[in-house]
Amino acid sequence: MALLSVKGVNKRFGGLQALGDVNLDVMENTCHAIIGPNGAGKSTLLNVLVGKLIPDSGSVIFDGQSVLGRKPHQINQMGISRVFQTPEIFADLNVMENMLIPCFAKRDGAFRMHAFESVRHEKSMIKKAEAMLDEVNMLDKRDMQASAMSRGDKRRLEMAMCLVQEPRLLLLDEPTAGMARADTENTIELLKLIRKDRGVTMAIIEHDMNVVFSLADRITVLAQGTPLVEDTPDKIKGHPKVREAYLGEAPVEGVN
Amino acid sequence: MFGLTRKDSKLMLIVFGLVMLAPFILNPFPEGSAMAQFNAGYPDLMQRFVIFGIFAVGFNLLFGLTGYLSFGHAAFLGIGSYAAIWSMKLVTLNVIPGILVSIVVAGAFALVVGFVSLRRSGIYFSILTLAFAQMMFAMAYSVLTPITGGETGLQIKNTDTPLFGGPADGGIGRANLFGAEMGNSYELSLGNHLFTFNLGYYIAGVFLLIAFYVSIRIFRSPFGIMLRAVKSNQQRMNYTGLTPKRYTLSAFVISGMYAGLAGGLMVAMDTQVGPERMFWTASGEVVIMTILGGAGTLMGPVLGAGVIKYMENIISKINKDILHEWFAFMPDGFEDVIVALVYPFIGKGWHLTMGILFMMVVIFLPGGLVEGGQRIAKLFRRNKTSDTQDATSRTPAE
Repeated sequence: MALLSVKGVNKRFGGLQALGDVNLDVMENTCHAIIGPNGAGKSTLLNVLVGKLIPDSGSVIFDGQSVLGRKPHQINQMGISRVFQTPEIFADLNVMENMLIPCFAKRDGAFRMHAFESVRHEKSMIKKAEAMLDEVNMLDKRDMQASAMSRGDKRRLEMAMCLVQEPRLLLLDEPTAGMARADTENTIELLKLIRKDRGVTMAIIEHDMNVVFSLADRITVLAQGTPLVEDTPDKIKGHPKVREAYLGEAPVEGVN
Repeated sequence: MFGLTRKDSKLMLIVFGLVMLAPFILNPFPEGSAMAQFNAGYPDLMQRFVIFGIFAVGFNLLFGLTGYLSFGHAAFLGIGSYAAIWSMKLVTLNVIPGILVSIVVAGAFALVVGFVSLRRSGIYFSILTLAFAQMMFAMAYSVLTPITGGETGLQIKNTDTPLFGGPADGGIGRANLFGAEMGNSYELSLGNHLFTFNLGYYIAGVFLLIAFYVSIRIFRSPFGIMLRAVKSNQQRMNYTGLTPKRYTLSAFVISGMYAGLAGGLMVAMDTQVGPERMFWTASGEVVIMTILGGAGTLMGPVLGAGVIKYMENIISKINKDILHEWFAFMPDGFEDVIVALVYPFIGKGWHLTMGILFMMVVIFLPGGLVEGGQRIAKLFRRNKTSDTQDATSRTPAE
């Protein structure tokens, strides 16, 4: 069953057709990658999914409900979490506080005046945050200020912050962009682990073919705002249209 | 104690001690000595210390935690004052209802001003709050004269007839607490020392303790973490399913209520109000107090308020004659040179001293005087390895 269903979505910026009649189904318990050359409309599509942009026409249905017209925080409360290209964390706060914020958001909703309760008495929330930190191997860093961590650790923390909310769908926007090789490998391992242990549905936008082919169950290739092909990784690798539009004729790293 | 950690309880006890013993602490020099100039333990000034302390503690909940710099908080202080004096004119000269009314009314105004101003952030937010405050000042000064008394402000006159107990015939009405006037003092003479225990000061002091306690609780609450998250990354908040704007608005209203409390207490102390306390320089003053002491810290605003009010009232009173007296032991020509050098920094020149101090703090101690204190404390216990300072108590503002 499709958890997220995008139908006939169009988006124009002035004279530019950023998205043209995009149809896409993300099935439950799969990792769906969206690839395409620069300017193909990947980020526009993602911004439509999280409520940052409203498309000119079409529909986006998540779990039987339309997400269009809802604000980002409402869409998150529906069960969609987003990981950004550059990790978006609370840099001035320590790791534990970073983890507690999504925990409170999940329990208390978009706003609550819990001004007279004490954080240290929130035992169940702290336990939950600690378990999640343990899962991503960051428990030893719980009192560290988030801004002092390496890029890879910030990414790890951001993912933990998303996962602790137990989202139905995790959106990843180029999660390994600008990362060193070792950090990229780490991130792939982490994502594989999350897939295996938590079975969370993922939609991933990525440039790095290595990442895409090691994670995705299905791949949609976007070109000039329109889906070109959608298929399994094996089929995509050999697809002539894809090679032409995206990969070019020359062999690309990670594709052989 | 009262749901605080050990460390916070200690801090609370220190503030409690300071407030209760202030008449002793602020009057260390014997009467009539050359140093008596620096005694600050008289009721009027002590009241100002705690009232501006409350004002700054509230301002810090907004600025220190969320990073939103309001440049119009004096407006809420003024509104609190007007509300309190009207409560005294119409209902009773008792200070308690007056103070409660001032908190509620200032909070309501803060809700409106905050709702509009928070449509923007950064410098535009500051300018919007400044615009609101100046509009309110202008209205209080002229347009709304029937309500605010215009330039001369408001007092309780013998024509006023509060529902419960009016002012004595022919006299100007004074606020009281169940009959006890705020000006009542008990003077204690110990040798050459004179200590004054003033009722008004202690009432204001109790309110400062409550205000400070609430501030600690907010700092340590999930709500407090959310406010710091607003300052850190609003985008992430949105994508975590939270509404940063509502959290910021709540902080704005709470700090407006603190300002209203301070304004109400001012009226409780001297039973009069004028529009000048809403002027934009008054809004700037609380910003400087907070930054000087350490924005985002618990003690900082109280310290900052104390230092500024001390300088404003003590340094400004030193004049040339006093300087000559101090340096009289020097050779004549030399004495004149020294006095000429020091003179620009005292008396009316206290702003100069203040400005230099402020610049030094901002440049060398971005965390304010609190950071200075922490650095000194660190020097003393460098050998101790367990440096378990709480991150929240020392996160400085940008």
